[in-house]
Amino acid sequence: MAPKQDAAMTYRDLTIGNIVTEPGSAAAYRTGDWRSQRPVWDKNVCVKCGRCASVCPEPCIVHDAEGYYEADLYWCKGCGLCAYECPKKAITMVEENV
Amino acid sequence: MSKRRGIEASAAVAEAVAAANVDVIAAYPITPQTHIVERISEIVADGILDAEFICVESEHSALSACLGSAAVGARTFTATAGQGLELMHEVLYVTASMRLPVVMVVANRALSGPLNVWGDHSDVMAARDCGWIQYFAENAQEVYDLTICAFRIAEDHRCLFPVMVNMDGFHVSHVVEPVELLDRDAVASFLPPNRYPLPLHPDRPVTMGAFAPPVLYTECRTAQEEALRATFPVIKEAWDDFANRFGRRYAPVETYRLDGAECVLVVMGSFAETAAAVIDRLRDAGKPVGLIRLRLWRPFPFAEIRQALSNARIVIVCDRSISYGGPGGPVCSELKAALFGHAHQPRIVSFIAGLGGRDILPEQFASMVDRATEIVERNLPVDYEIIGVRQ
Repeated sequence: MAPKQDAAMTYRDLTIGNIVTEPGSAAAYRTGDWRSQRPVWDKNVCVKCGRCASVCPEPCIVHDAEGYYEADLYWCKGCGLCAYECPKKAITMVEENV
Repeated sequence: MSKRRGIEASAAVAEAVAAANVDVIAAYPITPQTHIVERISEIVADGILDAEFICVESEHSALSACLGSAAVGARTFTATAGQGLELMHEVLYVTASMRLPVVMVVANRALSGPLNVWGDHSDVMAARDCGWIQYFAENAQEVYDLTICAFRIAEDHRCLFPVMVNMDGFHVSHVVEPVELLDRDAVASFLPPNRYPLPLHPDRPVTMGAFAPPVLYTECRTAQEEALRATFPVIKEAWDDFANRFGRRYAPVETYRLDGAECVLVVMGSFAETAAAVIDRLRDAGKPVGLIRLRLWRPFPFAEIRQALSNARIVIVCDRSISYGGPGGPVCSELKAALFGHAHQPRIVSFIAGLGGRDILPEQFASMVDRATEIVERNLPVDYEIIGVRQ
């Protein structure tokens, strides 16, 4: 099912058996919709170890030009694993404003 | 073009599978379906049918393997009964929602407990809402014919649903009867090759069985429900074409001596044949009784049932399972739903009989007519009665 148009699709738009004919289309699914908290990095504490990126189940944590890490909020579900695993406690989970 | 042989109904199913040139069979033996699986495995081992016979460790695996083989576009068959159908339960729903044309014969059996391997309709009623096309055969010839029809219906691109062919465990499955077998060329002319529209193939990758979040699930279910209802004319077309080619006619609702019938028995499954003999006897004695044999269970033939009952004053429904804590028999409650709110309102009386392999004797069908008349004429407060229970 073409994820980008989910909310616009009628039941008549679906393929037989809801078969997905476009390979790799799961990447278009905006799992960031699920998030109620977002991870925020404190660059004064972060030692760039990369554990947050390695434990991210999405995986949507990438490092910037300086080598610091951030989450791509299109996919980040706000699970908090990165904050829990960070050895320096450099990541804080901040409530999303609804 | 065809030959008539005395064979067991279960063997007739195996002959139908061979005649339909099935590609893959995955099944687990369970009483009273075992003879079907035994005979198919022999037919494959003897090279009579060029097919994969997948030995599995359970019915859950059997239907899962069938799901996979149907997904690559192979013509696929399985068979089960009773507890086996329940072990398949979650995969039943998945097969239907994925629109995979698996054909399954169920030798209907009672459910545990207490443990009972004999026939009734508890197994299929527990799978009633799984989204399969479901119909009933009353004898060996019917299960042979209707199994062949099942592949044509399931694989038709206007349909693409799994089909469950039900026959009563032991009362049909283990009975030797004369069956007219069709040769493979005749079957091939009726049954075109299976061409699943979007099969799994390395050259054209697809994802099957993806999840649907709340924003899509309702649409998926609506599409499935509308598509299942739309199979009705496809089923009738297949049965009509079968009749035109081979001379044996099947219909969603089959009527017997309904002319002038004030009291109509409704029976699903093989006991309709016993009931028909009783109707003959009662008619000879001057009683205005008739019979409806309900062949198609899903999609339910609402309009045909209303039409067939349009002159009935009393309708007697004989169920072979109980909806515990519910309205009685599941066939009866479906019938009530079909008639509710419509102009013609016959009185409907619900009986439950033939549980766990117990016979329904001709005199019991006759006494159902008398008892139903008494319930209606004396306006007795009876929801349903269980026939023959010692009390």
